[in-house]
Amino acid sequence: MADLTLRINGSEKKVSVAPETPLLWVLRDTLQLTGTKFGCGAGLCGACTVHLDGVAIRSCSTPVSKAEGKTITTIEGLGANGLHVLQKAWIEEEVPQCGYCQTGQIMSAAALLAKTPHPTDDQIVEAMDGNLCRCGTYERVRKAIHRAAGNGGAQ
Amino acid sequence: MSPLSRRDFVGIGVAAGAGLVIGFYLPHGEKAEKESFSPNAYLRITPDNKVTVVVPRSEMGQGVRTALPMILAEELEADWKQIDIEQAGASTLFGDQTTGGSASIRTTWDPMRKAGATAREMLISAAALTWSVSRSGCTAEAGHVKHAASNRSLSYGDLVAKAATLPIPTDVPLKGSKDYKIVGQRLPRVDSPSKVKGEAVFGIDFRVPDMKFAVLSRCPVIGGKVSGFDDKDSKQIAGVSYVGKIGDSAVAVVADSVWGAMEGCRKLNVTWDQGANKDLNTAAVMASLKQEASKKGASLYAAGDPAKAGGRRVTAEYQSPFMAHAPMEPGNCTAHFQGTKCELWAPTQVPQDCRDSVATAVGLDPDQVKVNVTLMGGGFGRRLEHDYAVEAALVSKSINAPVKVIWTREDDMRSSPYRPASLHQLTAMLDGSGYPVALSHKIIAPSISGQKGQPTPGNVDPDLPDEAGPVYGIPNYSIEYVMTQTPVPLGWMRSVYALQAAFALESFIDELAVEAHKDPLEYRLHLLAKDQDLTYFTTTWHTARMRGVLQLAAEKAGWSKPLPAGHFRGIACFGCFASYMAEVVEISMENNEPRIHRVVAAVDCGQVVNPSILEQQIQGGIVYGLANALRAKITIEKGSVVESNFNDYAPLRMDETPVVEVYAVPSTESPSGIGEPSVPPIAPALCNAIYAATKKRIRALPISSS
Repeated sequence: MADLTLRINGSEKKVSVAPETPLLWVLRDTLQLTGTKFGCGAGLCGACTVHLDGVAIRSCSTPVSKAEGKTITTIEGLGANGLHVLQKAWIEEEVPQCGYCQTGQIMSAAALLAKTPHPTDDQIVEAMDGNLCRCGTYERVRKAIHRAAGNGGAQ
Repeated sequence: MSPLSRRDFVGIGVAAGAGLVIGFYLPHGEKAEKESFSPNAYLRITPDNKVTVVVPRSEMGQGVRTALPMILAEELEADWKQIDIEQAGASTLFGDQTTGGSASIRTTWDPMRKAGATAREMLISAAALTWSVSRSGCTAEAGHVKHAASNRSLSYGDLVAKAATLPIPTDVPLKGSKDYKIVGQRLPRVDSPSKVKGEAVFGIDFRVPDMKFAVLSRCPVIGGKVSGFDDKDSKQIAGVSYVGKIGDSAVAVVADSVWGAMEGCRKLNVTWDQGANKDLNTAAVMASLKQEASKKGASLYAAGDPAKAGGRRVTAEYQSPFMAHAPMEPGNCTAHFQGTKCELWAPTQVPQDCRDSVATAVGLDPDQVKVNVTLMGGGFGRRLEHDYAVEAALVSKSINAPVKVIWTREDDMRSSPYRPASLHQLTAMLDGSGYPVALSHKIIAPSISGQKGQPTPGNVDPDLPDEAGPVYGIPNYSIEYVMTQTPVPLGWMRSVYALQAAFALESFIDELAVEAHKDPLEYRLHLLAKDQDLTYFTTTWHTARMRGVLQLAAEKAGWSKPLPAGHFRGIACFGCFASYMAEVVEISMENNEPRIHRVVAAVDCGQVVNPSILEQQIQGGIVYGLANALRAKITIEKGSVVESNFNDYAPLRMDETPVVEVYAVPSTESPSGIGEPSVPPIAPALCNAIYAATKKRIRALPISSS
């Protein structure tokens, strides 16, 4: 066990966990931030996507010790001042079906827009291809990203 | 759907101060009418002007929490903003609570409308009495009753106390579709905001105080049992508090965190009694289907006599593998066993099955088991099982504490029930123009219900009547089913038997069109040219409606227009869950693999309740069906499932997902299923496009293995 201080969604949290514990389980079990989801445990589906210093990472395969000293943002902290532009776009485009993967989708999209404010379809695919959705919402995901970026809207 | 009698439909419960409560019964599928009135759904209007609909239908992404209240709100003349929906938990008082079979809208359309209309009429009567005016001068609108002559208005909340004292009207008038204000609108889903904020509580997110977590090691060989285990290393893992056998075939590792339980489970050393299936493999399963094919099957459909028809004979054989549902949220259930009672929080499509099987497993009566239904991260039929609920209850009983059992993705992939593998033999007799005068389709497949010990009257799997019906009005046409058995666990997966049946039939029709040197669309339209009603069990399929979706899909896809160089199209149609579907797929071939550019889907599902949800379901079904067609395959070797995670059982990703255009035939018929009907035509449409591109006929799914 190790005592770690994590900077999550703008505040510092002290946790006492085995340092190799994946960040996902510290978020979900220790800190009860359950918006970040478990889908595969192997970095294959993206349901567990969070930001580490602004970069989208798979928290199921990132040991919590690697997150110490970095800024962690989860879906709960994404729209610190109300809904993030992507969350609004997601509602407007009616993206979610079951909704389970959508928080991970939004976190991947947020990291994309932070770097590339007006992505092309190809850039969207490149950024989003690690996020699986069994409900098949990809088309609306793409539209919502365009809407949020303001360069296409609900075309 | 069976006609609704008043006995089935409406009753009333009035609790003091509760306002107006109307209980009604929502049937599921083709279940027999109930002997006595036992409501399983409620409409509650309270003095604070809130309208709550309590329904026993689980939300797994299909939008029932939005669409079902829309139907009721339409007839109630409610203000959409005042509606709330509650999920009913399992209760012995309730009728069937299963969510599946694309049944939520089609089976609740009438009772939901009648419940809304009944309340509306009672509220109008209450207002008329309050004002001492004639009922005929009063109208209901946007949650109020208005009396135009005196310019008075009362909200429903103001009227419920009086309304609850009135007799329940019979034969309430229902609105005509031309007067709909809510049904048919793209109303936003009520669950989107919580889902994008990460606030929606799925089964896996639900917590009770002092809850433990358990991960189970299950025998990798189908039907194998635990013969012993060594938990020394497991117990070295921080937080692991218990290791014990659960049932005959699994060992649970309990810890104070999911990760602790997973690590403990990885360190567990179990010795297995592999049992009778240790040498089972997929090839043997397929070979056994082939052997059974010589048997005479049960007749599902018979027009004329194909055996006596003359002409040029064409035959082909198709096969389809086991497939896994793989919903995004892995299996889980939270249980708290407390001696004389057990409470569950389950992401389930079958709360009553969970209740009953848990009661049996832990030695309680069903009324001592309470099932709370959580949101589900996808279902696709996987949550029609109750394995996760029984495990959770047994672990809770073993440790005498609340526990959440979580399946890993590998558990989900390797220890689940699967879509049945099947074999299809098709024979046609062609006339001089190349059209079939006779068609026979023999389906050889194990029965899901049969394996589960449920009734299979006449050796017909009870799902086949919804999923394997006739498409064309061919004069001599038989569909036959040979029910087989397999030790491989079987489950109902999105569209159940329809995917396999449509793949075989609609690929074969394409083969016949090729034989006849005719355009595949024109060929199908010719077979549907005459208006015919094809009766299949309790459903009547209309060739005119199938023709309608084919023509709509073809028109929107520009079937008659040339394609860019290197692009090819395929078309297929099918009907299941009482809906008609046609799909056109446009592809090019890249490195011998299809690149799917565009899918045009046309549906006739009767009255559309919410076009946005309809589009979601059809797009989703097509993306799901494309993954099934392209590479979904569960392989059995040495009695165990080979595939393990999303690397070797790979769903579609964004880069492979085509644009899917969805068109609905305008209709005022009662709504029919929409969660599943888009799945079946996509595999044959894609395979037919591949044939157009390569002249190679795919006769076994998945495409990647052919």
